[in-house]
Amino acid sequence: MKILVCIKQVPDMESKFKVAADSRWYDTADLAWRMNEYDEFAVEQAVLVKEQVGDADITVLSIGPDKVKETIKKALAMGCDRGVHIADDEVSSREPFQIAGMIAEYARDKNFDLILTGMQSQDRGSGQVGILVAELLDLPGVSTVVAFSLADGRLELRRELEGGVKARVATGLPAVVTCQLGLNNPRYPTLPNIMKAKKKELITVGVADVLKVEARQQTAKLYFPEKKGGGLILEGEPAEVADRLITILKEKTAVLA
Amino acid sequence: MKVLLVAEYRDGKVLGSISDLLGFAARTGADHAMFVVGSEAALPAYGGTLYLADAETYGEYRPAVHKQLLLAAIDKVKPDLVVFSHSSYGWDLAPRVACALGLAQVSEVVDYVDGTLVVPVCNAKLRRTVEIKTGGAVVTLQAGAFGGSEPETAAPSLERVAVETTDRVEFLGYEAAEAGGIDLSKAEVIVSAGRGIGKPENISLIADLAKAFGGEYGASRPVVDAEWAEHARQVGTTGQSVAPKLYIACGISGAIQHLAGMKKSDFIVAINTDRDAPIGDVADVLAVADLTKLVPVLIEKLTAS
Ligand SMILES: Cc1cc2nc3c(=O)[nH]c(=O)nc-3n(C[C@H](O)[C@H](O)[C@H](O)COP(=O)(O)OP(=O)(O)OC[C@H]3O[C@@H](n4cnc5c(N)ncnc54)[C@H](O)[C@@H]3O)c2cc1C
Ligand SMILES: Nc1ncnc2c1ncn2[C@@H]1O[C@H](COP(=O)(O)O)[C@@H](O)[C@H]1O
Repeated sequence: MKILVCIKQVPDMESKFKVAADSRWYDTADLAWRMNEYDEFAVEQAVLVKEQVGDADITVLSIGPDKVKETIKKALAMGCDRGVHIADDEVSSREPFQIAGMIAEYARDKNFDLILTGMQSQDRGSGQVGILVAELLDLPGVSTVVAFSLADGRLELRRELEGGVKARVATGLPAVVTCQLGLNNPRYPTLPNIMKAKKKELITVGVADVLKVEARQQTAKLYFPEKKGGGLILEGEPAEVADRLITILKEKTAVLA
Repeated sequence: MKVLLVAEYRDGKVLGSISDLLGFAARTGADHAMFVVGSEAALPAYGGTLYLADAETYGEYRPAVHKQLLLAAIDKVKPDLVVFSHSSYGWDLAPRVACALGLAQVSEVVDYVDGTLVVPVCNAKLRRTVEIKTGGAVVTLQAGAFGGSEPETAAPSLERVAVETTDRVEFLGYEAAEAGGIDLSKAEVIVSAGRGIGKPENISLIADLAKAFGGEYGASRPVVDAEWAEHARQVGTTGQSVAPKLYIACGISGAIQHLAGMKKSDFIVAINTDRDAPIGDVADVLAVADLTKLVPVLIEKLTAS
């Protein structure tokens, strides 16, 4: 069984962001980077499928500058077999259709049985790439999956809807699945597996080899929203902050009466 | 400008997201029509032309079937924008329709300024405006961003939509939300734990603070997903919606899906090490502090007094 997992490297959301000089994205300097949270569930699911069926081969793919190799290595240490780095220094200006176009172009002749993505990226958050890959490759695609089971070449999945309701759906393979938070418990790479990952194959593909589609949109301007204001900010020693907070709650609410 | 609003219908009912769609139509001042795979027995409150595909015939959501039906309606309406709610229905169907039409898709639109669509970036810390390069676009709207329009009372004029189609994805049934023993909606004070609590042991800190106020404790999704708290305590779009007299968010960043479940609380306090955390946008008081240091002191002072 051949599995493809698509992962994105994103900045830590607690970072102090700055707007880049061209005002089209955030400044990517001086940020801590990690694997998109949703994609950790996708990697874990691929590894769980491999553990289930035994005979499986997992390719993990990421598009971006050289530093995304660090995130690919984490996925290799979690249990993927091979990394594919689509080297693209302009990744932050690519829109979801171009990202999906590159993934589909890479995957087209490789007969993957299962393609896993996150349901959305934490920075861009379009939630489009996985479904677009399915459409471009004319495969069934199921999004926002929180439960996954594979038996006799058939997937039975639970899609998360609003209010905690789930839809049970089924499809045959090959298929594309986008993974939602809570699908599984992503493992931490162990030291021996981190060492082993260093020896795994990591292929680099040039962006020109796979980028065959034009952008259909672009960012006009990135900016900080105006603070809606109002909120009071308390800072200082815990004892002092606690006292001020309790005083405010006594004045403004009835809960400490 | 002409827009086609894609309403949602599930298990016999039109969903509330319709108010976002109508709100967007009102804000843009566009001519509009609506599409729904639904039933004549439960029509949306909408005074315009409704392109109706019969839910009895086509069943609950299956992506390829709904895509073909919607494309048939689009072919008749020829809209400049196809508008969805950014929901499990919208974010699944919108990219398929955009792909089929060769159009740009703009996700989770929160504002419309001078004819330009605005979307959030990085958990709403940043925003960006989008320039569309295709002749028309498909958009999804963030829940609540355009809502609040008066419900319409007139009945729609119906246009039927029908296609021959199948899907490789089968719909097997719905599974109800997990029923839990804890009814957060009764609590006057809710103290919620977010990922910022760092480790499962710290749940007791949050529970103790809740107890000091005579309230209950809740949690954000990652805390529930990690099984540090039961699902019945989850606040947000896929958990409970609460509106207590006091809500204290401890180590919660303030993602839209969490805010949707608690922003109607009377008074909101956030305890967060990140001064720029989006929770600050809805908090009456933001204590910029390490919760593991502040919460024990708070408990001590509250129980002493
Ligand atoms: C379809 C969908 C549905 C969802 N439904 C829900 C839902 O119902 N409910 C929900 O909550 N989420 C939901 N989510 C997830 C949501 O998008 C966020 O991922 C989630 O709310 C983040 O939880 P958090 O704020 O606890 O964690 P994070 O976003 O990781 O934030 C942790 C915060 O803790 C702060 N922090 C860290 N250390 C400390 C410390 N020592 N002291 C104080 N502060 C600290 C950090 O600054 C940060 O702001 C949903 C997502 C999707 C896509
Ligand atoms: N640069 C990238 N490289 C590889 N996969 C990506 C990239 N960007 C997005 N993806 C995949 O597409 C998913 C959805 O991203 P998005 O449509 O940006 O919200 C992510 O969870 C990843 O699985």
